Amino acid sequence: MLKVEDTSVPVEFSPALLKQFDDIVSRYPKGKQKSALLPILHLVQAEFGWVSAPAMDKVAAHLGLEPIEVYEVATFYSMYFMRPQGKYVLEVCRTGPCGLVGAEKIMDHIEQKLGVKEGEITPDGLFSWRGVECLAACGYGPVLQIGPEYTFYENLTNESVDTLIDGLKAKTNN
Amino acid sequence: MGRKLLLEHINVPGINTLDVYRSKGGYAAVEKALKTLSPDTIVEEVKKSGLRGRGGAGFPTGMKWSFLAKPEGVARYLVCNADESEPGTFKDRYLMTYIPHLLIEGMIVSSFALGANTSYIYVRGEMMPQIRILEKAIAEAKNAGFLGKNILGTGYDLELYVQPGGGAYICGEETALLESLEGKRGNPRIKPPFPAIAGLYGCPTVVNNVESIAAVVPIINDGGEEYAKIGVGRSTGTKLISAGGNVKKPGVYEIDLGLPVEEFLYSDEYCGGIANGKRLKAVVAGGSSVPILPANLFLKTINNEPRLMSYESLADGGFVSGTMMGSGGFIAFDEDQCIVRNTWNFTRFYHHESCGQCSPCREGTGWMEKVLHRLEHGHGKMSDMDLLVDVSKKIEGNTICPLGDAAAWPVASAIRHFRDEFEWHVTNGAEAITRNYGIAHYADPLPKLETA
Repeated sequence: MLKVEDTSVPVEFSPALLKQFDDIVSRYPKGKQKSALLPILHLVQAEFGWVSAPAMDKVAAHLGLEPIEVYEVATFYSMYFMRPQGKYVLEVCRTGPCGLVGAEKIMDHIEQKLGVKEGEITPDGLFSWRGVECLAACGYGPVLQIGPEYTFYENLTNESVDTLIDGLKAKTNN
Repeated sequence: MGRKLLLEHINVPGINTLDVYRSKGGYAAVEKALKTLSPDTIVEEVKKSGLRGRGGAGFPTGMKWSFLAKPEGVARYLVCNADESEPGTFKDRYLMTYIPHLLIEGMIVSSFALGANTSYIYVRGEMMPQIRILEKAIAEAKNAGFLGKNILGTGYDLELYVQPGGGAYICGEETALLESLEGKRGNPRIKPPFPAIAGLYGCPTVVNNVESIAAVVPIINDGGEEYAKIGVGRSTGTKLISAGGNVKKPGVYEIDLGLPVEEFLYSDEYCGGIANGKRLKAVVAGGSSVPILPANLFLKTINNEPRLMSYESLADGGFVSGTMMGSGGFIAFDEDQCIVRNTWNFTRFYHHESCGQCSPCREGTGWMEKVLHRLEHGHGKMSDMDLLVDVSKKIEGNTICPLGDAAAWPVASAIRHFRDEFEWHVTNGAEAITRNYGIAHYADPLPKLETA
């Protein structure tokens, strides 16, 4: 994954990515290409791991928007990362029903296991984590998701979290 | 055993594919509607069914459809609200995951009824797996001639697209959803104009919940009158209930509206009772926004009548002793749960999700979160309860959209019904950090009302 720590580094969108942008734009009436903004920001984040200012500028230019129109949207929605993250971002639901079945303990355990606080990245660059609000999986709590596919892990226990993290480490190191 | 109109085939292997879905009678409603019914007849059938919006507000779907403006030469849109985000609710995720063609079939029939040639399903961004499932199902349907140009040779054209959200509870509010679909921040619009007059791109638009649109399929297959025979009073048909919290068997259940709440909670066909042999302390019956009730007031109305899972019975007693059906997000609290902590948790959620447009909601939710935080952590004051009620009253009704109300109601109802637990957190601050208040009198039988 390309990491753009320095926001002065120009961002390049591949022709394949641009083709995906155009496919999305074709879903809306002529002149309403701004509707493509949210889906396109998801694609950008999937590609780069986060949404940088240069990337937003390029999206704005591609859609014929002012950069501020992209910034105000990207910062409004909770899924878009405005700074670099670990390769795997563990997002744990902490709202009501998941709280009733132990979400806080799971977050404590993840903090201990990874050795970094919420929002920080592990030294190997592999993981970061955060608590998020209701993921609409209240019957299967505690739950966490990992982007960009947003795979779900349900009915979490300390053991299943360990297995998940160890598995992701092994997968990356092999 | 209740009948299943939506989930009857949910456990059939491969029901997520077009072939298996069709082998179970799938897409019969599309054939019937497009080939034999006029759009107006379909709207009439939905009106006759008594179907009420399943997203939370409970507004009659057929009536909503009949408000749609139809100016000549202007596009009309149907947008499905799949931004399921109400804490406690996970039925739409379930339906889209396991039987996506039911939603697509409902979208085709409903779009035809409304005269829409382009429709969108707005799915919350976190549900990427469901977005992929829907996209695959749409491709299958298009391949089979149920979508695209000249569907089944009837001359009707429809394109159906899935739109991901970006992670924002507020986009479940229909005008915020439309803003988001236009690529903007999810700030709700001032109504009027209602979407039926000026919605997506300023065009007449209907926004319906996933479950409402899915319910159109059995309504068209069996007729609106048959659907209306199920249920009780103005609560017709079946409803998906998401059961979570401390029930023995969490999950999504389809019930006939009017089922006694006691049967839903304790019978093995549904929740199977409270997990780990514990007792019920409280219930949030319709998603985090609706008033929380102590066990005794939930199981019986103030008149000591058994409460039913219907719009009217859940609301019996108004906000003094009742609650709401909402989105059907059913959260049970066992005897060990702390109401103050949970109220703080919910309020943090609303503070996080407030779009910031209206000051009472933007500021008030944050104030309530702070006061509840100090109560839960043993630093509260006796005046805090009145302060919370005061703030909640100043949010309620003073905002553009219902998020303000949704943030105010859980706080006001928790203090109304559990005031002694809040007071205990003040008088026993140090103890409240190490243990919970317990079930106290919240499950005791209600006193007999004196009759004149």
